[in-house]
Amino acid sequence: MMSLYSFLSAIELGLIYSLMVLGLFLSYRVLNIPDLTVDGSFTLGAAVAVVMTLSGHPILGLFAAILAGAAAGFLTAFLQTKMKIQPILAGIITMTALYSINLMVMDDKANVPITQQESIYTAFGSLVGKQAQGMVLSLLILILAGAAMVLFLKTPFGLSVRATGDNESMVRSSSINADLTKTAGLMGANACVALSGAMIAHYNCYAEVRMGIGMVVIGLASFIIGEIAVGIFVKRKGVLSGVVAAAVGSILYRLIIAQALELNFSSSSLKLITAIIVALAMSYPAICDSIALFRKKSQAKSGKEKMGGNLSC
Amino acid sequence: MLKLEQVSKTFYPNTGNEKRAMDHLDLLVNTGEFVTVIGSNGAGKSTLFNLIAGSILPDSGRILLDNEDITFLPEHKRASRIGRIFQDPMRGTAPSMTVEENLALSYLRGKKHRFGFGISKKEREFFREQLAQLELGLEDRMQTPIGMLSGGQRQAVSLLMCTMVTPKLLLLDEHTAALDPATAEKVLSITKRIVEENHITTLMITHNIRSALELGNRTIMMDDGRILLDFCGAEREKMTVSDLMDRFSKACSKQIDNDRMLLEHQSR
Repeated sequence: MMSLYSFLSAIELGLIYSLMVLGLFLSYRVLNIPDLTVDGSFTLGAAVAVVMTLSGHPILGLFAAILAGAAAGFLTAFLQTKMKIQPILAGIITMTALYSINLMVMDDKANVPITQQESIYTAFGSLVGKQAQGMVLSLLILILAGAAMVLFLKTPFGLSVRATGDNESMVRSSSINADLTKTAGLMGANACVALSGAMIAHYNCYAEVRMGIGMVVIGLASFIIGEIAVGIFVKRKGVLSGVVAAAVGSILYRLIIAQALELNFSSSSLKLITAIIVALAMSYPAICDSIALFRKKSQAKSGKEKMGGNLSC
Repeated sequence: MLKLEQVSKTFYPNTGNEKRAMDHLDLLVNTGEFVTVIGSNGAGKSTLFNLIAGSILPDSGRILLDNEDITFLPEHKRASRIGRIFQDPMRGTAPSMTVEENLALSYLRGKKHRFGFGISKKEREFFREQLAQLELGLEDRMQTPIGMLSGGQRQAVSLLMCTMVTPKLLLLDEHTAALDPATAEKVLSITKRIVEENHITTLMITHNIRSALELGNRTIMMDDGRILLDFCGAEREKMTVSDLMDRFSKACSKQIDNDRMLLEHQSR
């Protein structure tokens, strides 16, 4: 069994990473764009937050991280909409560029610690106590971001963003600029991702240039796990259920990883475990379909035998 | 008023597949006119609509809507004045959004300010009223994702979405072709009512010669990127389906004869 300590820290991590999953919900599910910028913008958020904290502005650093993430999203959207580069490729280009930019932000150091400085967590800890600081602050920011996302998607403009992922030609013929809705969506998504990266940097007390690698895959895995879990209780997919799925999925994913570590899997095999989880989670609908088909077939077969094979044609 | 002046469009220019889709076309549609457009496949009907709506840009010529030059205006900007419905019922609506969300989205066309949250009570009441007029029982299914509706229902909602904020021009691109005959009839009668009530200038492509004559007050026949026949008023009233078919085959055979002559000439 998992120790209480690793259980709680898995939940804390899940809460922080769910901001990143929330961003992927916006780009992947709402806008229907596979946005690979995430790997870069996650680290960008962390880098900006760390550098700002070093200069004595931890809270301002969070806002700077959000802005930096939005700028990264803007670049991807620009390449996609105005330069007509394929969505996946546009994301890869930005991600690649961000690797160098992140190093520049961190003054060409691969790892920048902030153990000596006051992070947002230690600052918050003096308010609610050291035990609860991680959980409460992460939850608070998640609720704020989640509420902002739900409200945004309910505005008329948010409605057009949702429709863009659903049927772009209809959006254009409703006199809405689809390039604008895509840009806004990608900016918002990467702002969330960068905020998540910034919080992780504060939580771990360092930023590392490779910390964002594989983030897209982790985010997708988390979101799909969350969708499956939430789908058990809520049948209709809506905005609210999507946001809840992002949070629930992220926490479940961290619990699965923590459990894997408890079972003495080495940390070097974590990526393999992640890949397996993603493959399983992504193929879940297909597996369900083929099971259902198999059942129907065998039902039809047994039915036919009862009828004495009269129905065969 | 819609005016096309000497509009030309050639696809794949300077290649073996070169296709002159629109050949110095002139067309004037007066405000309130309901024009039905007929012609064989490849005659340039859809190209005409694509040019007017801005999905493609002409090689030369001008397009004016109410004396404003819209030749190079982006598609989404024209869409605030031009409503368009496609043959495919899936194209006009966002499937995973609810009926009322789809309506709210298209209703944005009429609004200058796009702020506020959700759909107001007043708007919801208005949408319900509008849906009730379709007589399809959709007013009680406003929370249903529109992807769950049938093709005919979706097409009727698309029609409502295009006309709820009265457009200056309505383009109907064979919008009943994918529906079964009974549903097509129903959607056509809804079309007729909405267009008449709001005096919307309308262009409708159809392959059904009978409805081309029954609906509207002017009919044009296209062939090879040009307008072959154009008639309205008394001449049109007297016209029967077989008359029109005659005129069509006569016009076409003249074309075919020309082609044959050309071929013979070349082979000689």
